[in-house]
Amino acid sequence: MSRYLLPLGIFIALVLLLGVALRLNPRLVPSPLVGKPVPEFSLELLRAPAQTLSRGDLTGKVSLLNAWATWCVECRREHPLLVDIAKAGKVPVYGLNYKDQRPDALEWLRRLGDPYVASGFDADGRVGIDLGVYGLPETFLVDADGMIVHKHIGPIDRQIWETEFVPIIERLQGGSG
Amino acid sequence: MIPELGHFALITALTVAIVQGIVPLLGAWRGTPEWTAMAVPATRAQFALVLLAYLCLTWAFVSRDFSVAYVAQNANADLPLFYRISAVWGAHEGSILLWTLILAGWTLAVSIASGSLPEAFRARVLSVMGLVSCGFLLFILMTSNPFERLLPAPPDGRDLNPLLQDPGMIIHPPMLYMGYVGLAVPFAFAVAALMGGRLDAAWTRWTRPWTTVAWVFLTAGIALGSWWAYNELGWGGWWFWDPVENASFMPWLVATALMHSLAVSEQRGAFKAWTVLLAIFGFSLSLLGTFLVRSGVLVSVHAFATDPERGVFILAFLALVVGGALALYAWRANAISGGGSFRLLSRETLLLINNVLLVVACATVLLGTMYPLIVDALGLGKISVGPPYFDAVFTPLMLPLVFVLGIGPMTRWKGDSAGRLVRLLRIAFIVSVVLALVIVMVTGGFSALLLAALAMALWTIATTVQGLVIRVGSKPSLGQGLRALPRSFVGMSLAHIGVGIFIIGVAATNAFSTERDVRLGPGDSEELAGYRFEFVGVGDVEGPNYSARRADIRVFRGDQPVAVLHPEKRLYPIQAQPMTEAAVDAGFTRDLYVALGEPLDDGSWAVRLYYKPLIRWIWLGPTLMALGGLLAASDRRYRRRAPAPRTAPHEPEPGDPVAATP
Repeated sequence: MSRYLLPLGIFIALVLLLGVALRLNPRLVPSPLVGKPVPEFSLELLRAPAQTLSRGDLTGKVSLLNAWATWCVECRREHPLLVDIAKAGKVPVYGLNYKDQRPDALEWLRRLGDPYVASGFDADGRVGIDLGVYGLPETFLVDADGMIVHKHIGPIDRQIWETEFVPIIERLQGGSG
Repeated sequence: MIPELGHFALITALTVAIVQGIVPLLGAWRGTPEWTAMAVPATRAQFALVLLAYLCLTWAFVSRDFSVAYVAQNANADLPLFYRISAVWGAHEGSILLWTLILAGWTLAVSIASGSLPEAFRARVLSVMGLVSCGFLLFILMTSNPFERLLPAPPDGRDLNPLLQDPGMIIHPPMLYMGYVGLAVPFAFAVAALMGGRLDAAWTRWTRPWTTVAWVFLTAGIALGSWWAYNELGWGGWWFWDPVENASFMPWLVATALMHSLAVSEQRGAFKAWTVLLAIFGFSLSLLGTFLVRSGVLVSVHAFATDPERGVFILAFLALVVGGALALYAWRANAISGGGSFRLLSRETLLLINNVLLVVACATVLLGTMYPLIVDALGLGKISVGPPYFDAVFTPLMLPLVFVLGIGPMTRWKGDSAGRLVRLLRIAFIVSVVLALVIVMVTGGFSALLLAALAMALWTIATTVQGLVIRVGSKPSLGQGLRALPRSFVGMSLAHIGVGIFIIGVAATNAFSTERDVRLGPGDSEELAGYRFEFVGVGDVEGPNYSARRADIRVFRGDQPVAVLHPEKRLYPIQAQPMTEAAVDAGFTRDLYVALGEPLDDGSWAVRLYYKPLIRWIWLGPTLMALGGLLAASDRRYRRRAPAPRTAPHEPEPGDPVAATP
């Protein structure tokens, strides 16, 4: 009987390994920008082309920078949570409207609500490239010194928000105030 | 309304599957015929319900119902109808639904064809398949519901991944799933045999054609995937040792081993426990492949949306199904083991070598696929294992396998003499080695590996043809001899010749392909392998949901025009994804392959030109293998409704070098 147990033993070892592997994230290529300052940039505002959003706007407090676009279905899924975060008022949310059409983007904000203090209009995606955006939505957590503390690729849901973002935000805000 | 109907059908299917998975099993255990009789109607009801759900999802795609999140993510108003239909399996949720539908279809087929099986055994088989189906239906309903709504509905969808907008991609996944899921049939047969504690000749006779058909689909699916990659990815390769490719290749290797070990079990009653173990392994590897693809533990070009919750579910399911089957095996295998004895030099031994080599090959692929995970799990860093590892370990395993392939069908069951085999095969051996040497000398591409591969490929073909000739020649006339050939024997021969042709294709393509990256402007031309490629110009083309730049390239050999090629660079605006559409002039002896790179500043383009000799043979080989499998599975002895009880195994006559069956 014992030799017939061997396959089961090997299989159990394999399952344990896979269980451990599930907790790892192979796509978690540590972003070279985490721990680095936000690159210098200047973008015209989505709502007011005469005004600009730049790195300076993000410094002085903990803030979120969320890259979004109207063509991104996952962004739509994420949007209500951003509105809630903005309403809670703990952290200001800035937007990076990435490779989008201005009328579409304005219509989107009118219909779904505008969580952003201001949205930069990155029509050709240059600032996105500087920030290393490679899939929408992406959300950066920026500290008071303008350093990128954390980055999330893909839509944030409530669980990700509570586990990934809130602890860091509380630590940062607790430390400064 | 229609999507909700589909959702409801799935929930109902789950309840039916639970009944199908439990009641007949209990009935077989307690000996209650009323309970075992539930198996067949439950199977049919479940199939009808899953089919209904599938049709509802298809309808949502056909009618462009973008309020369904899955449709919005994988289709677009401009997507042509046949891609809207195939988009159903273009991403995770729908492809799992297709998986489940195919499983229900296989179960239905078993329920229809299994009328002659003992009632308890049939009930167990259908129950086991029902339990597997429960797992997948639960998986869909809990983590991957394709009918979820997205409100308010977006005005337009996000479009199907352009990589998947290719005819090859329409049929590749269903074929592959037919193979994957088809392995559930031998799995269910094995588990049912272990439960019943009896494994007789009728069992192998039953399992064998089902295994062969699943293997045929798997072969065709893998070959189609390779063909798709060659046409669509634009770098001229046909196999990349990508984790997802490996996930389909591992069950294939084990299914191949299983087919051969079933031959021994059927003919000689030996290897029974081993055969059952292989049947369990085959389907386990299908499930493992699903886990690797869907859980996101591995990075692959087959980017399915991944989700750790799904990973946990599949892992738990895998542990339950495979762990359960292996525990049952550990407990009951003793009851079914045993069988005829055989001498060291016999067909049994050679088939055992075949099995060992195939399983070891599968283990090396598994190791290579899992190694990055192991290293990561142990916290030793992130690495990736690529083609160098696989090429280095795989070839040395395959060459002896192919050598044995030449001898096996010529060898007698139970025992044979080395002298007889040497006398029988020496001419084929000398001819193949000499011919390979001549080819290598003439083409001037000498390498030991090329020589060995060619010699072994020719050896396979020569011995197989010799086997056919001897078989036909033992009858008084050619016509009689041909008619007397059993389909299983013709099928085996065809498949083995396919192996030889495949190896020749791989060897020639690897050794003699040439490629060139060039910069071409209008009027420029470039020579490659005796062909002159003339770049005429680039024009704009509008497709239904993309716009493209299409080049016009004329190919000449000397002054003779050979082909006009139109490689394209497509842009699918909704996904903002550029795609390379390579242009291929296909031929029996060579492919000319042109892919358009990037536009350069002065109106010229970066162009990649490839000359690939005999690359079609790489797909011709598996086509022959699949045809051979179909022939073998349709052999007369499997079509009899009630097989007569087996008499003593066929004893070959002294002058007859080949036994009755492959």
